Amino acid sequence: MPTVTMTVNGMERSGNVEGRTLLVEFLREHLGLTGTHVGCDTSQCGACVVHVNGTSVKSCTSLAAQADGAEVTTIEGLANGSDLHPMQEAFREHHGLQCGFCTPGMVMSAVDLANQNSDPSEHEVREWLEGNLCRCTGYHNIVKAVQAGAKAMGGGS
Amino acid sequence: MNDFTYHAPTSLDEALAALRGGGDGAKLIAGGHSLLPVMKLNLASPTDLVSLAGVPGLGDIADGGDSVTVGAMCRHAQVAGSAVVQARIPALAAMADGIGDAQVRNAGTIGGSVAHNDPAADYPAACVALGATIVTDRREIHSDDFFQGMFATALADDEVVTAVRFPVPARAAYAKFANPASKYAVAGVMVADGPAGVRVAVTGASGDGVFRVAEMEAALGASFSGEAVAGVAVSSDGMLSDTAAGADYRAHLVTVMAKRAVEACG
Ligand SMILES: Cc1cc2nc3c(=O)[nH]c(=O)nc-3n(C[C@H](O)[C@H](O)[C@H](O)COP(=O)(O)OP(=O)(O)OC[C@H]3O[C@@H](n4cnc5c(N)ncnc54)[C@H](O)[C@@H]3O)c2cc1C
Ligand code: FES
Ligand code: FES
Repeated sequence: MPTVTMTVNGMERSGNVEGRTLLVEFLREHLGLTGTHVGCDTSQCGACVVHVNGTSVKSCTSLAAQADGAEVTTIEGLANGSDLHPMQEAFREHHGLQCGFCTPGMVMSAVDLANQNSDPSEHEVREWLEGNLCRCTGYHNIVKAVQAGAKAMGGGS
Repeated sequence: MNDFTYHAPTSLDEALAALRGGGDGAKLIAGGHSLLPVMKLNLASPTDLVSLAGVPGLGDIADGGDSVTVGAMCRHAQVAGSAVVQARIPALAAMADGIGDAQVRNAGTIGGSVAHNDPAADYPAACVALGATIVTDRREIHSDDFFQGMFATALADDEVVTAVRFPVPARAAYAKFANPASKYAVAGVMVADGPAGVRVAVTGASGDGVFRVAEMEAALGASFSGEAVAGVAVSSDGMLSDTAAGADYRAHLVTVMAKRAVEACG
């Protein structure tokens, strides 16, 4: 079985995988990082969004082998000890979650947007979250949280 | 998904060798955003996947004066955000920005999109309307000859798309009626007024994939206005019919999208 090695949340991690092992399977089942969720497995819901080399991608539609050598950040890699990342803090403050299933993907997607645009309009946030589905909140508070989180990040993660 | 051997070549020659070595069951993988969903459904079960990610020289966008060349591995987000594409062919940048969602645009590539030739994909319409040339490891193929019906192209099994070259048009615009869930085109029309005259290419609508509408092109050649195409009806024969839209509705949408695209050309 081939070996993949990648930097996950700042730490080098290796594992033996099959060719067909998805990045999300590697993260959840090999590394035990179950913060990244699988909602659909058909590339539609965005619950599985992580960052690969700084941009947000759907880890259910990427192979672990495609991320060999890459820098990967998951929801577990955002907080600094017990201090939440500003985007996480904004989701808490603005009630941007209910059941929380979609939240890891929402936050990872939102951080990617905020890295490019520190003051996104409501419209820009809604367009950006096209690929993130939430069955609970009705999106309203998510949009508020993303705008506030982007401001709090001030153009950097 | 069935298992396969993954190859990560670091040159085009190595990629070609891996494709040939894998025989009938070997396939290229670019962004994987068409291929992996198909493989999860076991609609394709390659024995070998050959990644283009490590092959140098496939990720650049170059301004060639009267044309813009986009490397096969350019992601949709890269094309949408490219200063060169925005300045020279803004309709192409806008089209790329309307593909799927942000994460699809971070992964999917132009090479994968044209090689897959999904009947609802956006790039085929842009290529045909702009009169693009598909550049491969061994030859150049004009869009008119490249796209050969649903999921079919002129590519040989072991052929690699390396770039797509777009002539710069005087004006062009794309209008799409998107599936609300996936953003794939239910009907998408690219209109371009370029070196080869006015060309109108439609995606999403027909079971045969991208097609041109000669009657609209003639009407626009005589008078370039939304009114000129508004009266040109397209037959619903051969149009796709699914949960998103029936054949009649799709045919109707083609005319509406064509009018919007012409009006967006300014
Ligand atoms: C949720 C979702 C929504 C989407 N919405 C849209 C949309 O609105 N509009 C749209 O147009 N598309 C859409 N797509 C498709 C997306 O744009 C794909 O990424 C793209 O069509 C294929 O590019 P890829 O790089 O992912 O190719 P892959 O999936 O890696 O490959 C696709 C095929 O092309 C072959 N191939 C790849 N690169 C080359 C090459 N250089 N030379 C020869 N053959 C090659 C592969 O062997 C494979 O057969 C969507 C996809 C998803 C998952
Ligand atoms: S689990 Fe990846 S998009 Fe839904
Ligand atoms: S909070 Fe429940 S799915 Fe979004």
